[in-house]
Amino acid sequence: MELALDPHAPVTQPSQLTLVLRYLRRNPSLVVGVLLLLFLVGFGAIGSLLIDTSTRAYPLAAPPVQPPSAQYPLGTDRDGRDLLAVMVRGVLLTGAVGLMAGTVGIVVGTVVGFLAGYFGGWVDAVIRWLTEVLMTIPPLVLQVIVASTIVDKNKVTIFTMAGVASVLAWMGTARMVRAQVLSLRERAFVSMARLSGMGDLEIIFRELMPNMLPYLAASFVGAVMGAIGASFGLEALGLGPVREPTIGMTIRWAVYHSAIFNQWWWWVLWPVLALILIFASLALINRGLDELANPRVRRTE
Amino acid sequence: MTANAMPVLRVRDLRVTYYTDAGRVAAVNGVSFDLAPGERLGLVGESGCGKSTLALALMRMIKPPGRIESGSAVVRTAQGEIDLLTLDEAAMRKVRLSVISYIPQGAMNALNPVLRVEQQMLDALQAHMPQMPRREMLARAEAALESVELSRDVLRRYPHELSGGMKQRVCIAIGILLSPRVIIADEPTSALDVVVQRQVMETLRRVQEQLGASLILIGHDMGLMAQVAHRVAVMYAGQFVEISPVHAMFTQPLHPYAQALIQSLPRLENRGVFHGLPGMAPSLLRLPSGCAFHPRCAYVMDACRREAPPTVSTPDGRLVQCYLYAAAKEGESAAMQERASPQPQEGMRA
Amino acid sequence: MQLTYLIRRLAFLVFVVWSAITLLFFLPRLSPINPVRERFAELQRSTGWAPRDLERLVKVYEVKFGLNKPLHEQYLEYMGSLLRGDLGYSIMRYPRTVGDLIAQALPWTIGLLTVTTLLTFAIGTGIGALAAWPRSPQWVKGMVTPLVVLAAIPPYLLGLLLIYFVAFRAKLLPMGGAYTLGRFAEPELSMPFLLDVARHAILPALSLILSTVGFWALGMRGMGVTVQGEDYVTFAEHKGLDLSRIFYAYYVRNAILPQVTALALAFGSIVSSGILVEYLYGFPGLGSLLNAAILANDFFVIYGIGLITILAVAVSMMVVDLLYPLLDPRIRYTRA
Repeated sequence: MELALDPHAPVTQPSQLTLVLRYLRRNPSLVVGVLLLLFLVGFGAIGSLLIDTSTRAYPLAAPPVQPPSAQYPLGTDRDGRDLLAVMVRGVLLTGAVGLMAGTVGIVVGTVVGFLAGYFGGWVDAVIRWLTEVLMTIPPLVLQVIVASTIVDKNKVTIFTMAGVASVLAWMGTARMVRAQVLSLRERAFVSMARLSGMGDLEIIFRELMPNMLPYLAASFVGAVMGAIGASFGLEALGLGPVREPTIGMTIRWAVYHSAIFNQWWWWVLWPVLALILIFASLALINRGLDELANPRVRRTE
Repeated sequence: MTANAMPVLRVRDLRVTYYTDAGRVAAVNGVSFDLAPGERLGLVGESGCGKSTLALALMRMIKPPGRIESGSAVVRTAQGEIDLLTLDEAAMRKVRLSVISYIPQGAMNALNPVLRVEQQMLDALQAHMPQMPRREMLARAEAALESVELSRDVLRRYPHELSGGMKQRVCIAIGILLSPRVIIADEPTSALDVVVQRQVMETLRRVQEQLGASLILIGHDMGLMAQVAHRVAVMYAGQFVEISPVHAMFTQPLHPYAQALIQSLPRLENRGVFHGLPGMAPSLLRLPSGCAFHPRCAYVMDACRREAPPTVSTPDGRLVQCYLYAAAKEGESAAMQERASPQPQEGMRA
Repeated sequence: MQLTYLIRRLAFLVFVVWSAITLLFFLPRLSPINPVRERFAELQRSTGWAPRDLERLVKVYEVKFGLNKPLHEQYLEYMGSLLRGDLGYSIMRYPRTVGDLIAQALPWTIGLLTVTTLLTFAIGTGIGALAAWPRSPQWVKGMVTPLVVLAAIPPYLLGLLLIYFVAFRAKLLPMGGAYTLGRFAEPELSMPFLLDVARHAILPALSLILSTVGFWALGMRGMGVTVQGEDYVTFAEHKGLDLSRIFYAYYVRNAILPQVTALALAFGSIVSSGILVEYLYGFPGLGSLLNAAILANDFFVIYGIGLITILAVAVSMMVVDLLYPLLDPRIRYTRA
């Protein structure tokens, strides 16, 4: 019988960097998602430096319905917009709508979630009622109703879009924050903080906030994605900013003018690809963050 | 180890490694032992020492990233000898429960919450004896429940309608359904309250004796071990450091780790929680050189740091892996034993 | 106890639905936009027809739609007519009623979405279950990420790609509509007609399926990962059960519980989840109706559709509550 240690198995602790790299290799979602996002941001940033998008992305900047050529690499649409400029500006505008609504969503959601989770009682009851009511109305329908009744169809701006999109953007964050606060509240360090005489607000910002940051990051990406999706839905239905070349509006116009039937494929293809890239990148990042925050999901990877 | 002439289970040089991000973990690192027919072997050690991995390895239930690297585990049955580690998947499935069965910690979640107890017992019988008529299966299930002191109407209940103790009894009943040769019970009584623990353990011992099966009892409750086991094996960092008859283990442990373990027991009370061991259990990722216990050992010698000690079998049939006794073999037995022995435990009797 | 809990749950649900309906009533009436005036303005823009006495016309129509009364009277009338199932008149197709228009569109939507919802549930749940199952081949486990990415892409975009490549370029399937208008004057119950409908429904269905399979797969995988690590699955293997028995009775049976809840909720949203795709394919369901209503500023139709969707969601939530104890023996509504 042999009870000795196996001498051929030297066990060493690898460096931190190696561990991170190994982890990233098992979380390709995060890597691919971030790379895609960097590509999109780079496309928008560099594009705006090279092209005057403030004129070329708007009607009458070019001859109408030109297929892709050396002069117009992505072609032009029926109203004479240069589609390359439209894509550059559209990616930025779409990103801006998403970021604005996402930011509103996460700020409002965090506050609401904190209030509900931390104070409980009637505050929680009211917020729960509100979320249930909003959940009963399908998101697109609610947004259509808000968009079609509150604002004049012809005066919609990207700020209006962000506003309408953020009507629902806070709910996911609020629910997540509420659940987190409820579970954190019971833990020892919060009672300790209470005993040591910290005020409620102080506890929230000094003790609870740092614990929630990873979740907030994932939830922010989710809110941005939701907002871009919501604004796209409205744009497709013709409730978008008619004067702005967002990606969604470009698709709206292409469909409206039967671009496919007229064989103007480039007018449909580029914006569809751009939006697919945007959604894919956000979805991958979201999924990567999720895996990072929730180790349980990792096990079968 | 040579407990009896014809062991029912013979394990040799069993090694299990987990391949993790942080490196290779030798969870079971060359374990060998024999299990006599009808014997109850207690297996103790700190959490993470490899007890449960050993049990899973014998059931061939090691999942990736874990792997059984080498070794053999031969069970003697009426049909001949079976090496559990060389069977193919399908054959191993047949062997589980019928030759070697595993009783989990059942109080929590070992029973499927959406199936009645009846169905969960029939599933087990069905898997091994598809020809058996349903009526006979039911009779068997009832008999098994009866032998663990549960009434037949438990069959119609869902797990959430049973108490912790009852769930554990159901798990035992399932474990003995097919009269296995070897039963492995992995902390079968933790998460139960003390009174119920004793009762369940008593039931387990009784059915094991009735079946004539051998029992490997894993746990860290030394009090229960003292009450139930014939022999006790102490595991440290994936290895058996000592195997001794229960009385000898509790009155005169040989290995310094076993000594520390016994010494840390509260004296007037049987319910043992051990604490007060100097130093930390080693990370299985970075085992110390030589004897894995040497950084915490009071009797550490130069040799311990250099090379792992050999396994020594004493004249009275004990096995210990320590240089203290390697030297003793060459004639200094009395002096060494004197030096290594702890104070006898007064409140503790095997 | 069980009954008390259910009654309380129902009461809350009714309260929620009432709140949603009330919100729907006040939202437009607090807005500065007058639907009737908008409608005439729209007409004016598109046809160049300018009514000479616009204000008087607006007044007449306001009386017709009851928009001239005090708010609380309007509210009471609105709730009263809702209870009678009366959704009012459509502005764009006056004198047809909103209820009439919706009733005409609803069967198409329900037909398309019921089929796609059931299909995606089955496919997605199956993929998710296999993806979390440790013994599945690597390529199955790797399927979830692409599906999740697909799920993030609105079905409308996938629909556009399908129309372009499958219908327009390859000419394999029709580009839109629900049936070939030249062949059938009216919907009829005949084999050729049903086949024609099926052919037209393939692409819209495919757009919806591709973009929702990931949702089901991800949900099932998340639960599956948890359940496959549960003691009862391990113990089942210790018992020597066949893998297929463990897979279905111990693993899937437990992991699927939240999926079934989600399925019931998904049925609640079938009237709304296909809106964009229906509109894209000119499929004569609620989506196309909603799009037309938006174009024509037909607020009554928009609210009517809103109400139908709210009711559908509410009913499905109730069904979930009633259904769950049957699926999970642990739930007996013992909470007071």
